[in-house]
Amino acid sequence: MSIKMKALLKSPWVFHLCSGSCNNCDIEILDCLTPRYDIERFGMLLVGSVRHADVLLCTGVVNKLGESRVKRVYQQAPKPCVVVAVGNCAASQHIYRGSYAVGKPLDEVIPVDVYIPGCPPKPEAIILGVVKLLEKLKKG
Amino acid sequence: MKILFWFLIIPGFLFTSTVGLLASWIDRKVTARVQWRVGPPVLQPFIDVVKLLGKETILPRTADKITFLTAPVLGLVSITLISTILWVMIADPKVGFLGDLIVLVYLLAIPSISVIMGGFASGNPIASIGASREMKLLLSYELPFVLAVFVPVIKAGGIIRIGELLSIQAQSGAFATNISGFIALVVAIICMQAKLALVPFDMAEAETELIGGPIIEYSGTPLAIFKLTRASMLFTVPMFLVVIFMGGIVLSFPGIIWGILKYVLLLVIIVLIRNTNPRIRIDQAVKFFWGPVTVLAILAVVLAFIGV
Ligand code: SF4
Repeated sequence: MSIKMKALLKSPWVFHLCSGSCNNCDIEILDCLTPRYDIERFGMLLVGSVRHADVLLCTGVVNKLGESRVKRVYQQAPKPCVVVAVGNCAASQHIYRGSYAVGKPLDEVIPVDVYIPGCPPKPEAIILGVVKLLEKLKKG
Repeated sequence: MKILFWFLIIPGFLFTSTVGLLASWIDRKVTARVQWRVGPPVLQPFIDVVKLLGKETILPRTADKITFLTAPVLGLVSITLISTILWVMIADPKVGFLGDLIVLVYLLAIPSISVIMGGFASGNPIASIGASREMKLLLSYELPFVLAVFVPVIKAGGIIRIGELLSIQAQSGAFATNISGFIALVVAIICMQAKLALVPFDMAEAETELIGGPIIEYSGTPLAIFKLTRASMLFTVPMFLVVIFMGGIVLSFPGIIWGILKYVLLLVIIVLIRNTNPRIRIDQAVKFFWGPVTVLAILAVVLAFIGV
């Protein structure tokens, strides 16, 4: 594995991309930063600008208006960059499937690397998901 | 050749950024402990920089490409230059030239100017707001800072050579032991907090409202350079205060420990201020610096003239 990839695994900066979620998943993501979970010990930081991001945490079902925006935000992120779908909404459209406002599922808009189910997923589940993602990247 | 070695290895780029990154780790760790968290491992700042070097560098379509890319380099070069001059002076107070203190005060403003340039060049409205805040902040703290730096010069009888300031302090005690010197040091510490853009004066970056401010559009290598500049400043600016107010560092066995303790003392003060204060608004900051802080600085200058 190159040193570039190794460094990426040790300091994944997380950007929080919310598109049509009910805001509950987002609050669980912020929970990961609290003293109880403290993801900074793994070098993860929540960044405000997508230009600094290594990991996109996508929450919520992507609605028709949001689709092009999600795509653009993904294109604005500097590569290499991985995408995590947080919550049932992002993974499978959940109870909003078939709604008039809902377009394509997230993984047809942008490539998704990991799905974290739950409504909302617990902070432990989110951390576990990211750890699994890092393991997957480590294997290559 | 020798100068190039000084600039690039010791005490220049390599040394300054290594110690600076360690200092920024201490900052992050202490912040985490204050918030009852565990905090990042020691190598975290280094890993962050290596990672950023490996990422893609994006040039926004609206950006002015040349300014956008040169701005971070400008900041890093100037902070490295300051550190080099300071340490060469500490090692041998006889080198140096007339007025090098003035050169250093000017160079210390350049990292902020590079942030302003980068922010305006990136063509992002949020970055522009951040850059304009940074500019106002620069205008507000520069006056008391220069007044505070003026005090050691008066104490030394009008000498503006860092080498001689150091040897005078070696003979007759640090300037910070006098009343006027101490007040000037306090003023300089407050200005240093603003220079380092740390809470309560980080309204240019304002993570929660301006999401990074001037550096919002930077990614990859230029962002790594900004982080390095930040880290080097965390090392160099307190060193500057140690040299002109607190007697500098003597490079012999017991002296060097005292020197390191002086630096650590300033670092702890910075981290504590940062962790116990909320961010203030830009107009409050300007009022604060042009009001009480400038009055304090003028008081210090007057006391220094009287000779207290
Ligand atoms: S998965 Fe549940 S909690 Fe998360 S956004 Fe959807 S409805 Fe809200």
